Amino acid sequence: MAEPAGTEVRRGRAVEGVRAYGLIAGMWIRSTMAYRTSFALTTVGNFAMTALDFVAILLMFSRVDALGGWSLPEVAFLYGLSGVSFGLADLAIGSMERLGRRVRDGTLDTLLVRPVPVLAQVAADRFALRRLGRVLQGLLVLGYALVVLDVDWTAGKLLLMPVALLSGAGIFCAVFVAAGAFQFAAQDASEVANAFTYGGTTMLQYPPTVFALDLVRGATFVVPLAFVNWLPASYLLGRPYPLDLPEWVAFTPPLAAVACCALAGLAWRAGLRSYRSTGS
Amino acid sequence: MREMRESRRTRETAETAETETVTVTETETGVAPFIELDGVEKVFDVRKKTGFMKRERRQVRAVDGLSFTVSRGEMVGYIGPNGAGKSTTIKMLTGILTPSGGRLRVAGIDPSRDRTRLAHRMGVVFGQRTTLWWDLPLIDSYRLVHRMYRVPDARYRENLDRCVELLQLQDLLDVPVRQLSLGQRMRGDIAAALLHDPDVLYLDEPTIGLDVVSKNKVRGFLRDLNAERGTTVLLTTHDLQDIEQLCSRVMVIDHGRLMYDGPLDGLHEVGESERTLVVDLERELPPIEVPEPARVVRVEGPRQWLAFPASASAAGLVAAVAARYPLVDLSVREPDIESVIAKMYAERAGA
Repeated sequence: MAEPAGTEVRRGRAVEGVRAYGLIAGMWIRSTMAYRTSFALTTVGNFAMTALDFVAILLMFSRVDALGGWSLPEVAFLYGLSGVSFGLADLAIGSMERLGRRVRDGTLDTLLVRPVPVLAQVAADRFALRRLGRVLQGLLVLGYALVVLDVDWTAGKLLLMPVALLSGAGIFCAVFVAAGAFQFAAQDASEVANAFTYGGTTMLQYPPTVFALDLVRGATFVVPLAFVNWLPASYLLGRPYPLDLPEWVAFTPPLAAVACCALAGLAWRAGLRSYRSTGS
Repeated sequence: MREMRESRRTRETAETAETETVTVTETETGVAPFIELDGVEKVFDVRKKTGFMKRERRQVRAVDGLSFTVSRGEMVGYIGPNGAGKSTTIKMLTGILTPSGGRLRVAGIDPSRDRTRLAHRMGVVFGQRTTLWWDLPLIDSYRLVHRMYRVPDARYRENLDRCVELLQLQDLLDVPVRQLSLGQRMRGDIAAALLHDPDVLYLDEPTIGLDVVSKNKVRGFLRDLNAERGTTVLLTTHDLQDIEQLCSRVMVIDHGRLMYDGPLDGLHEVGESERTLVVDLERELPPIEVPEPARVVRVEGPRQWLAFPASASAAGLVAAVAARYPLVDLSVREPDIESVIAKMYAERAGA
């Protein structure tokens, strides 16, 4: 019935989704703000936990001067880029992890009877500002790297910084959504999903040069995590990328992000459709 | 009591006729029923492990060629044993599940294709799981419904006040949902499903696990809702009393097929079901003598069980027993759905 106005409807649904996301996230923020002390403590805790992550890298550098040819500030730069991107994605839709449980216990049904897109509801459920701790920690490390490093700044490189961060967040969001879609098929698969999300971000904290070429190829062409930081950072720092790619590829993270999100969206729709035709 | 029910029924039919003329403008085909199922099927693929790396695929027909219609303002009970296909039907009506075959329309909308549009017009209460936000105070869930369904402010306030008053939620609004008792949560859920003035309310086992007082509160509220607002109500239940006190019409489903569709009295006739009068006597006695067609079915110490037709009044039987025997206490047990349906099957096999 609504076929002719297909794109119109889709745009309407996207707006509805964003609005619903805002409503639900806002509700969770208000409720956590009711307990300010607890909020402050958990944010600090979140910050401290991710900070320990970087301490591990510092410890490594107390023994060696370079990892795969990259110095400590350069690795910190990689760490900061992926940390902020992942932190933003985790803040926005980190709750996707819980989807498998919702499918298992049938509470997904209650989301399907509301007049807003399910993805928005799942993503906004238990929205927690305390996840900002991770973003903050990433920003600090990134700031340290930028102060210490002597980057040869050009207008293009300056522009690439925010673009890379946002595209990185987009790519991680797509991974979260795709992982969620996968949980429709395999409901206990949140561990597999974690391998790509948390595992992915850990991998990106190290220079591509320390990994086997096949893994780098996989992270560039299959699950394009390399676009989060490896490619833009290699360009910004003037380091050769292990794969022989032209320089302009460093500016393609937005394209990679859009492509990933589109694919993840399709996967999500397929997942939801399979749920609705098989039941719980 | 029976007379009261009778008169309510006639009033309802009158109302139904009135509202039906309104629906005509909505769909192109003459007098359109509000809910319309035509040969609806739902087939599940069930995979079963039969050994190492071996799986057996089997198809299960949860709903098998189901056809019925419900008019606007009707209050229909939908009953059947576990696994009969009740919840699957509700899930298809709400758009959660896509039917495998057949035609399904609610208010002229195909639920599985236009799920979100239909969502504005329906309220859903799942007895076993809540649609409320588990960790947040009850009022937060209501505020969210207000914004999410774009309910006009005045309308929201009016509906909320009404629900809070009738369902006695005053003291619960600031309590996190996870701390509510089952009965409180159920009332909270029903209110949440009604804040946006839905045309139709689906209730899946709304009284399951509730105590008698909570059950009565919920039933009273639903009865008023249907009478005053003309909201179409479809409820699934295990409890024949829900049907008896609420529904003018009952549908029985088993193995995904409609076994019976009509008034409850008719069901008792079809199933020839029996109620049980449990009497506690002063002392142990041999099986007491009771007027036909009642009979003693069980004796245990001073307690005796008397079966009598569900369509008959218990009053005469009680009087007869009390007049001749030292009666201490008594209670009446309603027939359960399983036994009614079992009788229906036996009847059919015999015929």
